[in-house]
Amino acid sequence: MSSSLAIQRENIRKLFPDTFKQARKSRLRGQIIFFLVLVYLIVGFFTLDVVDIPKKWKPQNAAMFVLDTYAHKDHVTMKWENHEDIKIAFEGNYRSVYGRDNLDKSIPDWFYKNSDNVGNVVEFNNKGKAILYKDKVEIVNFPKYERDFTIKLNSNGKPYLVGSEDLVIEDLKGFRITENRVEFRPTLYERIQVYPKKVEIHRYSIGWKYFWFDFSSPLEPYSFFEALGLTFSKERVVPEMSNLKLFLTEIKDNEAFMHGRVWWAMLETIVMAVLGTMFATVMALPLSFLAAYNVTPIKALRFTLRRLFDTLRGIDFLIWSLIFLRAFGPGPFTGIFAIGFTDTGTLGKLYSEAIENTEKKQQEGVQSTGASKFLQHRFGIIPQILPIFVSQSLYYLESNTRGAVIIGAMGAGGIGLQFLGALGTGNDFENVAYMAILVLAVVIFMDRLSAWLRRILIGSDQLIVR
Amino acid sequence: MAKALPANLEQIEVNLKKLTNQRTRSSLLGIAILILIFFGGTLVSLEANAGSFGRGIANFFNYPRDLFVDTFEMGWKYWPRVIKYIPELIITLNIALFSTSIGFILAIIFAIFSSRNLIRNKRVIQFTKFLMDVTRSFPTLIIAMVFLYLMGKSSLPAVIAITIHTAGALGKLFTEAIENCDGKPIEGLSSVGATWTQKIRFSVLPQVLPLFLSYGILRLEINVRESTILGFVGAGGIGEMLAALIQWNYGADVLACMLLLVGTIIALDYLSAYWRHKLIGANQ
Repeated sequence: MSSSLAIQRENIRKLFPDTFKQARKSRLRGQIIFFLVLVYLIVGFFTLDVVDIPKKWKPQNAAMFVLDTYAHKDHVTMKWENHEDIKIAFEGNYRSVYGRDNLDKSIPDWFYKNSDNVGNVVEFNNKGKAILYKDKVEIVNFPKYERDFTIKLNSNGKPYLVGSEDLVIEDLKGFRITENRVEFRPTLYERIQVYPKKVEIHRYSIGWKYFWFDFSSPLEPYSFFEALGLTFSKERVVPEMSNLKLFLTEIKDNEAFMHGRVWWAMLETIVMAVLGTMFATVMALPLSFLAAYNVTPIKALRFTLRRLFDTLRGIDFLIWSLIFLRAFGPGPFTGIFAIGFTDTGTLGKLYSEAIENTEKKQQEGVQSTGASKFLQHRFGIIPQILPIFVSQSLYYLESNTRGAVIIGAMGAGGIGLQFLGALGTGNDFENVAYMAILVLAVVIFMDRLSAWLRRILIGSDQLIVR
Repeated sequence: MAKALPANLEQIEVNLKKLTNQRTRSSLLGIAILILIFFGGTLVSLEANAGSFGRGIANFFNYPRDLFVDTFEMGWKYWPRVIKYIPELIITLNIALFSTSIGFILAIIFAIFSSRNLIRNKRVIQFTKFLMDVTRSFPTLIIAMVFLYLMGKSSLPAVIAITIHTAGALGKLFTEAIENCDGKPIEGLSSVGATWTQKIRFSVLPQVLPLFLSYGILRLEINVRESTILGFVGAGGIGEMLAALIQWNYGADVLACMLLLVGTIIALDYLSAYWRHKLIGANQ
C-alpha cells in the first residue's frame, strides 16, 4: 500500500517538476526568514537585558506592592520610655489615630489589656498575639510555631531575642535579626519590629477600608448602604447639613481614595478623548473630500493635502502634546488638540481613501438627472461613505481614550497624572489599583459603547475599511 | 396625476414620508446630543485647564518658533547633533521590534485557543477572550509604570508592557482572521485523518499568515510610537532623551530628536503600507 503511494507521488513529481521546485524554493525562503527572526530574538534577548529579569525582579517588593493593593494595615507604636502611651494609627497616618479625644474614634477591639492586667495585647487575624510589656515583647500563640518568643533590650539598649542561641534555624523562621532591629514576620499579614527606641507592629487585614467614608468622617461608623438608608431619615447625623448632602460630600471628599478628584480627572480624560475625536472628524471631513481624486481635479491641492495628513499623523500625539502643553498649560485642551491634530491626519487619510473607493455608478446616476457637482457629491458619494466615516471615528474613540490617559501622564492632567502621583508616593498602592481598575473599566466601556453605536447606526460592529 | 396611481403606491408614498420624518427626527436628535457633548466637554475643559483658551491660541506658535530659531543659529553644525541621537533611536526601535515579535508569537497562541473553529471547549474560549480583553484594555503606560516602580529604571518594563498589550490587541484581530477563514481546507485535511496540529499547520496557517503579518507590521508601527512614549516615563531610548532635553530647554537638540522621530514614523508608515500591500494584494 505504502509503496504504491510512493510510486504515485513520484509520478506526480515527474509530471509537474516546476511546481515542486517552486514549493521547495518558497519553503527554503520561509526557513531562512524563520532563522533570521530567531537570530534577532536572541540578539534582542541580550541587548535588552531580558536575561536580567530574574535579577531585577524582587519578589519581596512585588509581594508588598500586591499586598498593599488589596489589604490595609494598622500601625501600633510603643515607645520604650513610656510603655503605656501606645499609638494606634491607620496606615501609620498621624491624622488617623484611634482613641484620640477629638475624633471620637474608639480603640479597635483587637487591642486590649492582657489577663495579667499589665501587658497590652495586639491580636492578629490569625489569633497570634504580641503582648507589650514595660521591658519586653512577648510573641505568643502563632499558628505553625510550637513555642512562644520573648524580645528584650540588653544593657546597651539593643533588642535581642531571648534564648536565641538555643534555637535552631528551623525555629527562627520568620525572624530577621540585625544589630539595631529584631523583626518577626511569619506571614505577609503580621509584622513585629523591635528597635532600641520603640516597638512597631503592622497588622494587615484584607479589603479597602474607608473606601466610601474616610477615617474622620461622621458617616464612617455606617456601611455604604446604611448611610444610603440614612439619607431618607429626617434625623440629621450632623446638624449643619442634610444627610443626603453629607453623604455626597463625604464620599466626594474622602481623603484616602479621593473619589471627587479621581472622578473629575477621569471626566477630563474622557472629555479629551471625545472632543479630540470630534475635532478630528470635523476637520477631516471637508479636507478628505479635497484630497480625493474623484472630487478634486487639482492635482497640486490633492498632493499638498496628502502630505499634510502624513505630517500630522507622523508628528504623533506625543510631540503634539508637548507643543500644546507649552501653549495651553496642563489641562484637557492640550489633550483635545493633540488627539485632534494627530487624528485629523489619520482620519483624513482613511476618509479620502474611502471616498476614492466609492462606486461611480451612483454619482453618474445623479449626474444624469442634470444635478450640479455639489448635489452629485451630496447624493452620489456621501450616502456611500457615511457608514465608513461613522465606523472609523467611533473605532478611534476607544483607542483615543487610552491615548488620553497617556497624554494626561505626560503632564496634561486627568487620570494619567493622578495615577503617576499615586504611584510616586510609594505607599498608596490601593489608590493605584483603584485607578487602574477605573481606567480599565472606562476603556472597556468605551469599547462596548463604540461597538454598540456602530451596531445601531450602521448595523454592524465590525470595522468597515472600504 | 395622483388619482391615476394605484392604491398601494399611495401607501408607499405615505410610508416614505413617515420614514423620512423619522430619519430627520433621529438625525436631529443625534446632532443635538453631539452639540450637548461638545458644550459640556468645553465647559469641563475651561474649568479644568490651567491656562485660558485664548492665551493658548496666541502662544501656540511660540514654542515651535523658539525651537527653529535655536536650530538656525547653529547653522551647519546642526547635523552632527541629529546623528548623535541615532543610537537612542535604535534603542527605541529595538524595544518596539523585540516586543512586537514576542507579542506576535503570544497572540498566535491566544488566537488559536480562542477560535471557535479550532477549539471545542467553550470555557477555554471564554477564558482566553477575557484574558485578551484585559491585556488589550490596559494602556501600556500603566503597565510600564508599575513595572518601572518594581524593577527600577531600564528598558525591560517597556518591553513587558508593549508585549502584553500587543499580545491582546493582535490576538483579537488574529482570532477574527482565523474564524473568518475558509473551512473547506480544514475539512479536507480532516477527511484524510490529519491531527489537530497538522490541520492548523497545513490549512489554517497558510490562509491567515499573510493577514497576520500585515497586522503585525501595522502593530510594529504603533509600537514604535508606544516605546517612544514609554521612554518619557523612564524606559530609555529617544523618549527619555527627549524628555531630558525638554527639561533642560536645549531647543536645537529637542528639534533634532523630533526630526528623527517624525522621519522614522513617516518612513515606517510608507514601508508598512508597501509591505502590507505586497502581502495582502498578492493574495487576494
